[in-house]
Amino acid sequence: MAVTVSIPTILRTHTGGEKSVPAEGATVSEVIENLDAKHGGIKARLVTDGSLHRFVNVYVNDEDVRFAGGLQAPVADGDTVTILPAVAGGA
Amino acid sequence: MLVIRSDLAAEIVAHARRDHPDEACGVIAGPEGSDRPERIIPMANAERSPTFYRFDSAEQLRVWREMDAADEVPVVIYHSHTATEAYPSRTDIGLAAEPDAHYVLVSTREQGTDELRSYRIIDGVVTEEPVEVIESYMFAHTGVDDVPDQG
Repeated sequence: MAVTVSIPTILRTHTGGEKSVPAEGATVSEVIENLDAKHGGIKARLVTDGSLHRFVNVYVNDEDVRFAGGLQAPVADGDTVTILPAVAGGA
Repeated sequence: MLVIRSDLAAEIVAHARRDHPDEACGVIAGPEGSDRPERIIPMANAERSPTFYRFDSAEQLRVWREMDAADEVPVVIYHSHTATEAYPSRTDIGLAAEPDAHYVLVSTREQGTDELRSYRIIDGVVTEEPVEVIESYMFAHTGVDDVPDQG
């Protein structure tokens, strides 16, 4: 499956400044592995101990994968995978 | 330095007061490369908490896409502290993920006193910056382009 991955500002150091890059995979997990093979270090920014980092949002098209199987969420040809760091904090 | 229109600064404070005792949060978009906050978008605090905030993930996706489509970036990301000073907490610092944004904090701990301060937070390092509140960007040099802005 060929997908387009939208990269947030803070991770563009891994993609040579590119805002979106192509990747392959049948699940979010495979897409991240494929991304990491081409843009080393990116997986470590997204995945901790085998699950998606709590403060990273990943969407397949319009759906937050947290509600669609997490890293195992399926992706289809032509999908857009969007990575956005959560905007969060606390007093 | 953050240069911000007075009506936008007032809207941040009003939002913070409205949501008190919960933390309020939002973003002010501006043209990419301008460093000029123009379009305020109050966001829902998905945590509805007096000690924590998090943008609702679906709303964040929608707003970030709108900004992308309009060649805008989040120039300001703001939130309130309801019982402590307007200084980034350890959590705020650890989770800050927009290196180009001005992180604006407002404290609503005291009635009648509005404390609004601005910071850069990059790789875990906080740098406070001066805030200049102005009536209009028309005559202010706030960015790389010298073209006066409407308003």
